[in-house]
Amino acid sequence: MENLNLFIRSIFIDNMIFAYFLGMCSYLAVSKNVKTAFGLGIAVTFMLVITLPIDYVLEMYFLRPGALAWISPELASVDLSFLSLILFIAVIASATQLVEMAVEKFSPSLYASLGIFLPLIAVNCAILGCSLFMQQRDFGSVLTATVYGAGSGLGWLLAIVCLAAIRERLSYSNVPKPLRGIGITFIITGLMGIAFMSFLGIKI
Amino acid sequence: MLNKKNRAVLFNPLSKDNPVLVQILGICSSLAVTAKLEPAIVMGISVTAVTAFSNVIISFMRNTIPNSIRIIVQLVVVAALVIIVDQVLKAYNYEVSKQLSVFVGLIITNCILMGRLEAFALANKPWPSFLDGIGNGLGYGIILVIVATIRELLGSGTLLGYHVVPQWLYELGYENNGLMILPPMALITVACIIWAHRSKNKDLQETN
Repeated sequence: MENLNLFIRSIFIDNMIFAYFLGMCSYLAVSKNVKTAFGLGIAVTFMLVITLPIDYVLEMYFLRPGALAWISPELASVDLSFLSLILFIAVIASATQLVEMAVEKFSPSLYASLGIFLPLIAVNCAILGCSLFMQQRDFGSVLTATVYGAGSGLGWLLAIVCLAAIRERLSYSNVPKPLRGIGITFIITGLMGIAFMSFLGIKI
Repeated sequence: MLNKKNRAVLFNPLSKDNPVLVQILGICSSLAVTAKLEPAIVMGISVTAVTAFSNVIISFMRNTIPNSIRIIVQLVVVAALVIIVDQVLKAYNYEVSKQLSVFVGLIITNCILMGRLEAFALANKPWPSFLDGIGNGLGYGIILVIVATIRELLGSGTLLGYHVVPQWLYELGYENNGLMILPPMALITVACIIWAHRSKNKDLQETN
């Protein structure tokens, strides 16, 4: 029940795009049509589901203050949390590489359709941000962390697909010249963010 | 040291080639930390420092990095610098470090860094790369400060925590606009800045 609540919350209320602006760069750059936007969304969700449990285990058994106590009691006072940034980014970069190789081997068609987006995910702030939020929030178990990752990923997917759908229609409308392209996209995202705020207070 | 070419490298990112407004890089953090002016200034300085020094380091190593693993090398250099910034902030300005929370760590994935490393530092000597890093960091910082000033002034009537909207205005019925503090207004503020910027620089306007 708690996990379900977290899942819904991370999709609609703590949405990566509208509440924290994470992954905005690829969100703005790759939202010109629905199909590629959907592919990127799936890839991001997938990476989040893979990296969050790994980062959670790292955090719990290596990085937290006192996390090394399971090796020997003398190490209980060691605090390695300053290493978390570099370890998390290493996990994300290597997971991206692995997933890229696996996808290329087992599903060439998916690989062709994702194309350049797969390697770019390594520097998508939504992935690293999700791991850092996980570190701040002190989740109880690996499952909770995974659920949080899946929810955040789906929220991101939802946001980018909606924006892409709106931008496809936008080409028929008469936008003031200086606002065309990126300017109007910002305004649309802002308005979508206000709309998403109406989900605040949902509780299951 | 500062010949014509280097000066262009330093000053172009401030307006004509601004990383946020024109290159659309580093949007994530520029929106998220701008509810108040102080964290925005600290963030601008941190990003400038990291961009400048990572540019220098990568530029020194540019001839020895194998092309296939350059992304990982870049990430490691950037991550090490960000860890230093993070620790310094925690030691000397804990309050702001708390407010910025994960966004200090997210400097690693700030697209400005990777963008400048890929586009400039890998192909240029250390000194121009340093100037390029400073220029782009400042260009980013300027936008942060403008957005944060607008949002803090209209949203809470303060600047850097000091009340600037006089009391008699409130007595006349002026209210702080709470909407400006909320995340979506950051996007709309940036959109307005882009609007103003592109009305002046007509060659930047897009056709679609």
